Amino acid sequence: MRAVVTVVGRDKVGIIAGICLRLAEMNVNVLDISQTIMQGLFTMNMLVDTSGSEQTFPEIVNALNAEGESLGVSVRIQREDIFDAMHRI
Amino acid sequence: MLNQREIIETLDMIDNQHLDIRTITMGISLLDCSDPDPAAAARKIYEKITSRADRLVEVGNDIEREFGIPIVNKRIAVTPMAIVAGASETEDYVPFALAMDRAAKAVGVDFIGGYSALVQKGFTSGDRKLITSIPEALASTDLVCSSVNVGSTRAGINMDAVAWMGRIIRETAERTKGRDGLGCAKLVVFMNAVEDNPFMAGAFHGTGEAECVINVGVSGPGVVHHTLKSVKDQPFDVVAETIKDTAFKITRMGQLIAREASQRLGVSFGIVDLSLAPTPAVGDSVARILEEMGLERCGTHGTTAALALLNDAVKKGGVMASSHVGGLSGAFIPVSEDEGMISAALNGSLTIDKLEAMTCVCSVGLDMIAVPGDTPAETISAIIADEAAIGMINQKTTAVRVIPAPGKKVGDMIEMGGLLGSAPVMPVHPESSYTFIARGGRIPAPLNSLKN
Repeated sequence: MRAVVTVVGRDKVGIIAGICLRLAEMNVNVLDISQTIMQGLFTMNMLVDTSGSEQTFPEIVNALNAEGESLGVSVRIQREDIFDAMHRI
Repeated sequence: MLNQREIIETLDMIDNQHLDIRTITMGISLLDCSDPDPAAAARKIYEKITSRADRLVEVGNDIEREFGIPIVNKRIAVTPMAIVAGASETEDYVPFALAMDRAAKAVGVDFIGGYSALVQKGFTSGDRKLITSIPEALASTDLVCSSVNVGSTRAGINMDAVAWMGRIIRETAERTKGRDGLGCAKLVVFMNAVEDNPFMAGAFHGTGEAECVINVGVSGPGVVHHTLKSVKDQPFDVVAETIKDTAFKITRMGQLIAREASQRLGVSFGIVDLSLAPTPAVGDSVARILEEMGLERCGTHGTTAALALLNDAVKKGGVMASSHVGGLSGAFIPVSEDEGMISAALNGSLTIDKLEAMTCVCSVGLDMIAVPGDTPAETISAIIADEAAIGMINQKTTAVRVIPAPGKKVGDMIEMGGLLGSAPVMPVHPESSYTFIARGGRIPAPLNSLKN
């Protein structure tokens, strides 16, 4: 299943590394990343593929939330379909 | 890949503009639950609902988590109970409402609709028993919603039913007076009721529907309001196009969730309802959209035109985004459930008469309006008759959900809590409609040509 990971928060060293490490541990493959600083906030969107992971979707959600908490940023993961539905015909 | 702007736009709608799926409603046919023994019928009703809907809430929660979109309500609509209960040898239909309530609580849904009777042309004995029982049924249950269809464009208006419903509404308010007449918030009187409406309190599963279906209601007044801020002072052509674009996006999301929910539940997909449904939260108001178009306050001159544009543009944008559109599909204007409407009513700019005019151009009718507790039943009936006439002539659904708040007078507030909100008690005309309502009988079906 393809999903979009969104990370927003105050910029600091190691956010991308932390999130990617956690994704790698769960065997979630990163397909694309875009990252910028918007209005002083670190903003990153990643397209990932969870089909190789043994974790269930809620387990991935919980793991990312925990990682986000320790990094002091907000992390969420949502199925890509919701964005496609809204922005692609 | 999606670009960052698109991702952020969607997240902003969810986080800051109250975009949500208002309801996933499972429609369940109870036609096979009829039984001469009322206890057996009640048991079958309970078992059918709990077996069909046992995974509804769980699936709703899973979808909510995976897609990251709030699903505010999970609900059930059943076959109008007057039809199901008609075969039972009993005078008392309240046990059927209790069975619905127990089943709804067992599966964890927010509301269950369908304690209903369709009497547009006349009453069966089951219809009479059901309507008689409504005040008791609503006072003794928590989640059951009731509706009565008193007319249709093809049948005309059943004025005996209109007169009776005025008394039933008063009685329901009295029976729930400890909670400001809350029972009336769960009772709708319809004209041209639809069979696949996912919204409460008027949802029921029509007899033309399949065994079990999933209907979804989307919502997004806050999103429409937000996008209109970007086209300030532009002509109405631009306003209409902007609303259409937004409605399309919102509805596409509703369609996705509806398809996903129906697949996971193994139930056929019914419809997406395009209604713009407000909540009492700031930033989720239909009234504020109308004001964004340039009105100082909702209810002033121009409000009906603004609402007509909004309603039409929402439909035009939404209809292409979904494979099946149905239900009520239009902007709702419930007073107590809309922060801007409450404010306009308090301010005096929004009156019942203006709301009545607004119902000519939108979905659905006079909704969640508190009136003084001593409002005569005949006055309530006359309000219903006016609203029914608008629906009959315009071939649209209209409805009345008024709360004659016990012990309250004009200017007082009633509090119903949650999505039902709070409402100021609004004045009604003091002149009597008693003799008009006392006539009874039927208003004949209207001519559908020579339109003027």
